[in-house]
Amino acid sequence: MGIGDRGLAGQAEAGAVHAGEGGWVSSKLDAAVAWARRWSLFQYPFVTACCGMEYMSLVSAHYDVDRFGAALPRFSPRQADVLFVVGTISHKIAPVLKNVYEQMCEPKWVVAFGVCTCTGGFYDNYATVQGIDTIVPVDLYIPGCPPTPEMVLDGIMKLQAKIDRQKQELV
Amino acid sequence: MSESAGANPILERLQQRFGDRIRSTHDFRGDATATVDPAAIVAICDWLRSEPGLELDILMDLTAVDYLQRRPRFEVVYHLYSLKHRHRLRLKVPADGEAPEVPSLTGLWRGANWYEREVYDLFGIRFSGHPDLRRILLYPEFVGHPLRKDYPYNKRQPRLPPRSGGGAQVT
Repeated sequence: MGIGDRGLAGQAEAGAVHAGEGGWVSSKLDAAVAWARRWSLFQYPFVTACCGMEYMSLVSAHYDVDRFGAALPRFSPRQADVLFVVGTISHKIAPVLKNVYEQMCEPKWVVAFGVCTCTGGFYDNYATVQGIDTIVPVDLYIPGCPPTPEMVLDGIMKLQAKIDRQKQELV
Repeated sequence: MSESAGANPILERLQQRFGDRIRSTHDFRGDATATVDPAAIVAICDWLRSEPGLELDILMDLTAVDYLQRRPRFEVVYHLYSLKHRHRLRLKVPADGEAPEVPSLTGLWRGANWYEREVYDLFGIRFSGHPDLRRILLYPEFVGHPLRKDYPYNKRQPRLPPRSGGGAQVT
């Protein structure tokens, strides 16, 4: 029995609480879709600054993010599920970030990687966006300058938990 | 500004050739500086670049300083280097007023083009004779010049209207 199977089994128990006629089927379907989505997080790395170095160490073999199904970066936003915003976002690049976000298909999630994307960090100046949540909705904030790979792994697990709690819209 | 111009051979020769166009000189442990007449900067650089024994053929840097309280308010700073003799010279040119202007060095060094655009972008100093003087780092709709000391350090000019609400909805 793999990790994924255990996850699905856990969902089945949670789903069993809704004991309606069709409820059983839909909650089972919801659980199955949630399982599939949280273990196949294709990411789009939007990397602008030094946090990119930490991101590179994260996606290297040592930390093995493939454990979470999150090891496959797609360099087209149309194929990606998670937008990783890695590094300082200036007002100049802000429209590009918004464009990339809008090109992604639903369902989609946004991760603010590093304190610059969370709040602007120490760049309290004319050039820097004070948190990317002023441009796109953010699902997960990972602070740190830069965050350690362990913090990002923790973040990916929190994102998985969040996806699991969500109503799975079938679009 | 010291009167030790005689100590440095580059400053000495510069004084001999352009005596009345040199406003002051400074020399500290071989780190030589000459403040010169803006109208003469192109002729001086042309001469320094080709004069045998000096041959300051590389424009290492071109930048500016805003001394808000001082008159003249701005100084444009040129760093020259000789590949052949491995010596350096710093030239300074005063510039004043709300729309200061100094002659462009693009006719001597093509590399001056982007330096001068950067100084124009961030300090608002214009370079007469520049072939394409427009912003290089900031976006065209930006108003003002943020490295001027009277530009509020945290005044931001976002290109996108702010999104309402912080993070994504937790469902």
